[in-house]
Amino acid sequence: MKNLIAFWQILKKDINNYYLKPPNISWGIIFPLSWALMQLLRSPGEVWIKELLPGLMAMSVLFGTTSMLAVTITFERRARAFDRLLIAPVRLSTLVAAKLSGAIVFGIFNAFLPLIFGTFFVSLEGINWALMLIAVFLLAALAALLGLLVAVSAREVFEAQTLSNFFRFPLLFLCGFFLPITQLPKVLRILSLGLPFTYGADLLKGALLGKFIFNPLFSLALMVISCVLLFLLCQRSIAKRWIL
Amino acid sequence: MDIVKVRNLTKRYAEITAVNNISFSIKKGEIFGFLGPNGAGKTTTLKMLVGLARPTAGQIIIDGIDAVRAIKQVQDIMGVVSDENNLYDEMSGFENLCFCAALYGMPRAQREKRARELLQKLNLTAAAQRPFRTYSRGMKRKLTIAAALIHKPKLIFLDEPTTGIDLESARLIRRLLKKLKEQGRTIMITTHYLEEAERLCDRAAFIVKGRIVQSGRMAQLIKDSAAENKIKLILDGDLEMAPVLQFFAAQGIRVHGVEEVTPTLEEVFLKITNTERGGDN
Repeated sequence: MKNLIAFWQILKKDINNYYLKPPNISWGIIFPLSWALMQLLRSPGEVWIKELLPGLMAMSVLFGTTSMLAVTITFERRARAFDRLLIAPVRLSTLVAAKLSGAIVFGIFNAFLPLIFGTFFVSLEGINWALMLIAVFLLAALAALLGLLVAVSAREVFEAQTLSNFFRFPLLFLCGFFLPITQLPKVLRILSLGLPFTYGADLLKGALLGKFIFNPLFSLALMVISCVLLFLLCQRSIAKRWIL
Repeated sequence: MDIVKVRNLTKRYAEITAVNNISFSIKKGEIFGFLGPNGAGKTTTLKMLVGLARPTAGQIIIDGIDAVRAIKQVQDIMGVVSDENNLYDEMSGFENLCFCAALYGMPRAQREKRARELLQKLNLTAAAQRPFRTYSRGMKRKLTIAAALIHKPKLIFLDEPTTGIDLESARLIRRLLKKLKEQGRTIMITTHYLEEAERLCDRAAFIVKGRIVQSGRMAQLIKDSAAENKIKLILDGDLEMAPVLQFFAAQGIRVHGVEEVTPTLEEVFLKITNTERGGDN
């Protein structure tokens, strides 16, 4: 019960203090919308627009979630407010889960903006909504965990931003967000198969377009396993690097 | 009965030994002062006690529990005031206190009641709904202390609680600490203000370069250091120290009075720390 109260209050605090602040709302809205608008307007037809949506959604999740978590945690660490959480009788796993949850909610919100925007251009009939929600959730969880890993390694907010970009931009091209991985050169294709985001993007594409490269169950399992492993890694890194 | 027992505690950061094989204990219900110059290892020791740093070697027993292995089990009974006011700028004083209470699993009604109670005790009720960032330094310090007391901990760690704040706030904090002691809480305090330590603490340990160089009851520490008593002579008046008087008489000086002077804790501190540093300052 104690952990549950702490979990909810940390989540609520993060949403109020960070995610619902005007600069972050604008980041969460303007960034996905401008990307979506840019891509949708130059698309030649409805089929093409629908093909773009999964990539836009995945990208919005990736950028919104990693940025927010990496920056907010680094900021709290700098102000030593994070120490307050570490000295509380709250399990480290609860603390990590609470910090991640805010970023995941923010990521899901980001993912739906291109979709809402897309409704002005295309019909959303035939979408597997349940699978899409699961895919968005898993992508957001994975991106949040990556953001947390960045936060563990960074000391300053600008370091967190710079470090995030090192993997975010390559992921855009390697994980099939826009360019199908089948069109990648062989070496990059092998690399993309080792990245869990590839399977998340494929799940999302499958949910929206009905076309999968990988077996969806395999992709789901791989995403869940990646999330669990990254969660454990984050927890271990926090214990090792922040409890000096 | 000891509530904190520290045995052979050591903390090394790469080549630097911040805390070097220290041992001390804190009795239930006392105020224990941990005194030393900057960089002596006070904050590192405190961090190890509260779970923000992992000891390289040694043992910490808090309330009978091995705190090195199971720190989460004892954090419930601890209240920690770090040397910085580490609350959330965006949140009001009231929200900050309620949030801290929630971290200890307090239900909503209870945490709101307790937050109001503490805000009143620390004269912060009028500022309760203002964001923390708008508080003055003294107000921030008081709220940080309130946050540490929100769950009524029986063991309170304070790192420089009155440094850099106004006199009135400092007095209020000192009064609060005395009151907490009367309630049976145990307090460990690090401070630069030796007069404050002298007034508040029952016992103290002096740490220099990561080692405890002296510890004991406050009165005893002062008495021990008084081996080289100073005599303050007030000229003009009745005298009891005949040889001294005779000496002064021979010199043609009239002595008015004789008063034994006990060193202040500050003098004791300077003497101890200077000896340990090899008299380099």
